[in-house]
Amino acid sequence: MTILLRASALDAFYGDFQALFGVNFQIARGEIVAVIGANGAGKSTLLKSIAGLIDNRHDALRWGDEAIGDRPAAEVVRLGIALVPEGRQLFPSLTVEENLLVGAYCGLRSAPWDLTSVYDAFPVLRERRDSRVTVLSGGQQQMVAIGRALMSNPTLLLCDEISLGLAPIVVEDIYRMLARIRDGGTAVVVVEQDIVRALKSADRFYCLQEGRIRLSGTPSEADSDTITAAYFGT
Amino acid sequence: MMDWLDVATQGILLGGVYALFALGLSLVFGIMRLVNLAHGDLIVLAAYFVLFTSSMAGLPLGVATALAIAAMFVLGYLLQRFVLERVLGDEIMPPLLVTFGLSVIVQNALLLTFGADSRRLQAGAFETGSVSLAPALKVGLAPLTTLVAAVIVIALLQLLFYKTSIGRAFRATADNPEIAQLMGINQRRIFAIAVGISLAVSVVAAVSLGVRANFDPSIGPARLLYAFEAVIIGGLGSLWGTLAGGMVVGIAQTIGARINPEWQILAGHLAFLAVLMIKPRGLFPGAGHDAR
Amino acid sequence: MMLDRPQHLPLVADPAPANTVWRATSETRLSRVARIAGLAALAGLILLPAIAPRTLLQDLFFVFTILTLAQLWNVLAGWGGLVSVGQQAFVGLGAYVLFAAIGLGSLDPVSSIAIAAVATAIIAALIGPLLFRLEGPYFAIGSWVAAESLRLVCAQFKSLGGGTGMSLQSSVYSSLPGLKSVQNLFGVRPAIARDIVLYWIALAIVVVVMLAIYRFVKSRHGLALAASRDNDRAAGSVGVRTDRIRFALWVAVAGMTGAIGALAYLQKARISPDAAFSVTDWTAYVLFVVIIGGVRTIEGPVVGVMILWGLIFYLSQYGSLYLLVLGVIAILVMLFMPKGIWGAASHRWNVQLFPTQRRLFRNAYH
Repeated sequence: MTILLRASALDAFYGDFQALFGVNFQIARGEIVAVIGANGAGKSTLLKSIAGLIDNRHDALRWGDEAIGDRPAAEVVRLGIALVPEGRQLFPSLTVEENLLVGAYCGLRSAPWDLTSVYDAFPVLRERRDSRVTVLSGGQQQMVAIGRALMSNPTLLLCDEISLGLAPIVVEDIYRMLARIRDGGTAVVVVEQDIVRALKSADRFYCLQEGRIRLSGTPSEADSDTITAAYFGT
Repeated sequence: MMDWLDVATQGILLGGVYALFALGLSLVFGIMRLVNLAHGDLIVLAAYFVLFTSSMAGLPLGVATALAIAAMFVLGYLLQRFVLERVLGDEIMPPLLVTFGLSVIVQNALLLTFGADSRRLQAGAFETGSVSLAPALKVGLAPLTTLVAAVIVIALLQLLFYKTSIGRAFRATADNPEIAQLMGINQRRIFAIAVGISLAVSVVAAVSLGVRANFDPSIGPARLLYAFEAVIIGGLGSLWGTLAGGMVVGIAQTIGARINPEWQILAGHLAFLAVLMIKPRGLFPGAGHDAR
Repeated sequence: MMLDRPQHLPLVADPAPANTVWRATSETRLSRVARIAGLAALAGLILLPAIAPRTLLQDLFFVFTILTLAQLWNVLAGWGGLVSVGQQAFVGLGAYVLFAAIGLGSLDPVSSIAIAAVATAIIAALIGPLLFRLEGPYFAIGSWVAAESLRLVCAQFKSLGGGTGMSLQSSVYSSLPGLKSVQNLFGVRPAIARDIVLYWIALAIVVVVMLAIYRFVKSRHGLALAASRDNDRAAGSVGVRTDRIRFALWVAVAGMTGAIGALAYLQKARISPDAAFSVTDWTAYVLFVVIIGGVRTIEGPVVGVMILWGLIFYLSQYGSLYLLVLGVIAILVMLFMPKGIWGAASHRWNVQLFPTQRRLFRNAYH
């Protein structure tokens, strides 16, 4: 397996506040990796660091052989890393289709994901292509957010709390979609508070607690007591 | 009866001029929340640029205008990259003060270079030509062209905003700059282009100003105020609203001037204050992309 | 350096219990030294007319008026967050009310200044609610529109000279208080005695305004305003209605600005709408003085006004060049020294003559 992205001894800061401490993390082509942990454990910080929204040490993050820790977000997306941010964060004054098109702003790769294939994957969005995103349901908004990220045809897709606030049936749909994306060769990181949901689909997982990796492995080899201990720090 | 029609016509035409003044201001506020207090003086600067390249260096007005559009775009781009970018942030005071300082600098630099004399752009027969819209209703060719220019500029900007990739990038950045970066949008570049476009549009305003009336280095702040009134009356963030706002100011000024020539400007200000009292968010709030 | 050793200054009025370990204080040893030096300088300035040439007194009159306006704008914009570029409205209004009171009402100059202050404050209270509807940066241009409107209104009063303006007759000044005594004391002509009295009035106003602002920014209300600049909700949660304080500040600043306008045009003896409502003379100078010296400090405007004086002194022969230079300096300061010259120096060497930041100190001897 080719390692796509590797974080080594990653420390991340918000001003003076340190949110991550020496995190080691890696993901290979074609796998879904879950990052679990309680509120404030540093999960989102890890994704933001990878996506370039937080500035890090130059060599703390490697994309293949390239050190990208200090790349700004607008350049990171050009490498093939896309983030579905927590809370969806769609552009409220843009229509569904415009939100998707903004996702393809870089225009570096146009296959496999373009408007047609995203609409095929989420048919409901095709019907609502000219609506403002503010009038969509939560599940539809999440589809737009994922579609928007896919439009850049990423090699690595980062998903931050995509099941939050959605009906279970919608969540199932979305995770089925992620599995398909993975099967297409894209690596996927899912950050979740819902351990069961996350582990069900993941090939591997990391458990963060207070900014440190407490546990990692495959879902099958970890028993729930160990995970609970790593999650809550008991 | 005909007199009122005339007042309305003249007011609407004047509104076209004010809308042109206002478009650049409206644009940068909509995209980056920048209130550019130097906007009026930059329009006057553009007018002097066209004056210098046409009347003094002998280029045709059209060529001089095109040249000025390119030059002002570059000026705007650099201004944002090297000056404004450093002070744009959560605090409202720094950008206000920097643009205010810029206003004083531009004004006095023009005064030192060109003196305080009134100038005018030479546009030949165009300046004084007129067309009859109806019996007994003649309108000047220059004012009519200005209004048409304002409509064309707005239409072009709307096209840019709603039909192009960079337009979507503008709107996405206005909505949420951080997330826009995740799409690969370079916010610094987008903002610099926005200021560039704002100043490029101001050239159109400058030419219409210079052909219609005399200008001198000190008239910038007054243009800023008319522009500002048009933006606020129209409702923040709506370009067509800005055109309507310009017309409200224009009609108010024309009515004021009919009653007493000294009341022209005051009538415009009072109309603005009245709208502020009755509809503080403008006549067309939230039209276009809303300004939060 | 021992400059920052605090003086004993309990936070609460009643005597602190013996086991109190922490005290908040904003006083420093340097500020005490500064107070003594300041009193000495003040005494010098009061006595200055005995030896100074008339031109110096006129220059200092200008310095004091601009400094007062700068302090007023600083508290309004810096602490209050009301970034107005329309304060020339109140200078002009004050000046026009003074001319009306003297010219039409035949009042004496000093009561006219007081009337100008009150009238200006009332008008500010009337237009305030309208302008306060404009959010953030738009308030700035809105205040400018208001100023322009008031200029145009003042130009309509034909009895006050309309658009061309009017002059005061020199007999008006005979009722200035202390004029005769100054004439006798210094043995000078009435015109010079008038300048001396006006100089003292300007000096008195600048000192009073600075002390009042100093007290205000250290008061509960001043602190609440400072807090609300950072976080409106936080200030609201300590039970202070910052919008009311802001409105009161707006009215008070306008009133004092009106008084300065009245005083300045009493000295000039000639008024016109364009001059009295001039953005350059009454707002550009003032803003640049504050920016260059340092926003949100009492000392900054003092530094700024000295630089302004120097620039005018050396560059005014080249027309409006000094304004251009002033604008360039202001922008450079904004870009590279956002806290202004005094702010940067004060940060670097940790010096505050008018300490406005409180610090906590452990009480060593309880």
